[in-house]
Amino acid sequence: MSVSPQDVEKVALLARLAISESDLPEVTERFGRVLGLVDELNTIDTETVVPMSNPHDMHQRLRPDTVTGQNDRENLMASAPAQEQGYFLVPKVID
Amino acid sequence: MTDNALLSGSVSSLRQQLRDRAVSSEELTRACLERIEAYNGALNAVITMCSEQALDSAREADKAIAKGDIASLTGIPLLHKDIFCTNGVRTTCGSRMLEQFVPAYDATVVTKMRGEGAVMLGKCNMDEFAMGSSNETSFFGAVRNPWDLNCVPGGSSGGSAAALAAGMAPLVTGTDTGGSIRQPASLCGVTGLKPTYGRVSRLGIIAFASSLDQAGPMARTAEDCAIALTAMSGVDAGDSTSADIPVPDFHAGLHHDVQGLRIGLPREYFNEDLDPDVRERVMAALSELELAGATLVDIELPHSHYAIATYYVIAPAEASANLARYDGVRFGYRCEEPVDLEDLYLRSRSEGFGEEVQRRILVGTYALSAGFYDAYFNKAQQVRRVITEDFTRAFESVDVIAGPSAPGVAFQFGAKQQDPVAMYMEDIYTLAVNLAGLPGLSTPAGLINGMPVGLQLIGKPFDEQTILNAAHRLQSDTDWHMARPQLETVAP
Repeated sequence: MSVSPQDVEKVALLARLAISESDLPEVTERFGRVLGLVDELNTIDTETVVPMSNPHDMHQRLRPDTVTGQNDRENLMASAPAQEQGYFLVPKVID
Repeated sequence: MTDNALLSGSVSSLRQQLRDRAVSSEELTRACLERIEAYNGALNAVITMCSEQALDSAREADKAIAKGDIASLTGIPLLHKDIFCTNGVRTTCGSRMLEQFVPAYDATVVTKMRGEGAVMLGKCNMDEFAMGSSNETSFFGAVRNPWDLNCVPGGSSGGSAAALAAGMAPLVTGTDTGGSIRQPASLCGVTGLKPTYGRVSRLGIIAFASSLDQAGPMARTAEDCAIALTAMSGVDAGDSTSADIPVPDFHAGLHHDVQGLRIGLPREYFNEDLDPDVRERVMAALSELELAGATLVDIELPHSHYAIATYYVIAPAEASANLARYDGVRFGYRCEEPVDLEDLYLRSRSEGFGEEVQRRILVGTYALSAGFYDAYFNKAQQVRRVITEDFTRAFESVDVIAGPSAPGVAFQFGAKQQDPVAMYMEDIYTLAVNLAGLPGLSTPAGLINGMPVGLQLIGKPFDEQTILNAAHRLQSDTDWHMARPQLETVAP
């Protein structure tokens, strides 16, 4: 399947990635090459095959809902690029 | 004892010397740190050093040894791939996005190996978010191959493999999502093991593709990998995909006997596409095992061809979901002066991620988007089962499957950078093993024009022991794994 620069722009927006006008042709070309590679999947019949999401078909284990760690807010928030009074800071969202 | 003898020693021999008090952990650790300082300028294999911390741990280890309080890795220096979270020590994943990230906790692998007494020297360079087969995608610059500085070390655990081959540490860790332990092990001439999916906890390993990611050791010998694997493995309440099955002592279980071992050679791996020199080296290694009593059997893995297409849907799809967490808000890189929240997301991600990572996020987002989910993601998961069933069938008649670890030896920088698909082909012999969740090991099989080649041994699920034993036997009968790059000549 061939992709257009507009397709790539749409996907980029979904992925929250900004692609500059100047990079768009090359990104589209290389993206198309990868899609060309994966299009090969269409040549195999898998009508009756159950999709596999875990290599051992393992099911999620459940655990009791008990507190195991301690609240380490200060330490965990130390990696935030901007914070104030224990909250993450972001640009103004509502005027 | 000379530094060179220390720097080329295996974990098992160093362990004995530490116990015999022939060398102290502090001496050994100092020798490794000096080696890193001397050659890291040329190789760029290590991103972060922890010299003071390492010397403190080494002295602790020496005290423990003096008291007879000795665990399986007490006093042994090691380097972790910079994908393992280390409490208080910067963990970058090779990305600008995490250039300043200092985790508040340790990965389970880090905790376990420290618990066994290992001494962490620092963190190894890698392809950004483990996406690459040449280490050229690292934000911190490419790692150079100690066998030839003009060539790549492989990837994504290329820093780990290069550091090990260069004598910077006797033991390193890596992760393998599509070949990222086995291919660099092959290109750098060391032994590398990707365990069965679920064998080793993924807690604290920065996520790439969660149904494929698995951590494992790289070392100078299969015996050392057996020691390290035992230390790393086990169910973890913090990783619900870690397997709740007993972990054998792989080192105690190691033996030389390959009498009657049936080794399958997939027709699809030894077809006309295989480089004749690689074929010759791989077959020479397999002949050694045959001589030792193993039987070589032709087998078929008829859907091998689809592994690349399947992988390059599933891995990017899972990556696009995992990497959605990097939003410039909670941790990681944030752009300068965002005008609004949308601008903050867009620019933080575009400036924080490199080209290959962005490409995979795009492909993954596309494969998961409305209208394409069935055609790509669902389809790839169906083909994944077909590929896995090929292995299940093959293992009804053989104990081990063998082939090359990589299509060739290390290539020159830039050789495959322009074409993503050409780079993806580097993992043509390793990807299917991740899709099927099987254990795989790469062991040195000689040189082509002075550059290492690897033999890959693939095992049944949770049967790492059999491939370790086969590699151990091969390493007892041959000396390919002993070959070392002449770093003093290559990087004077």
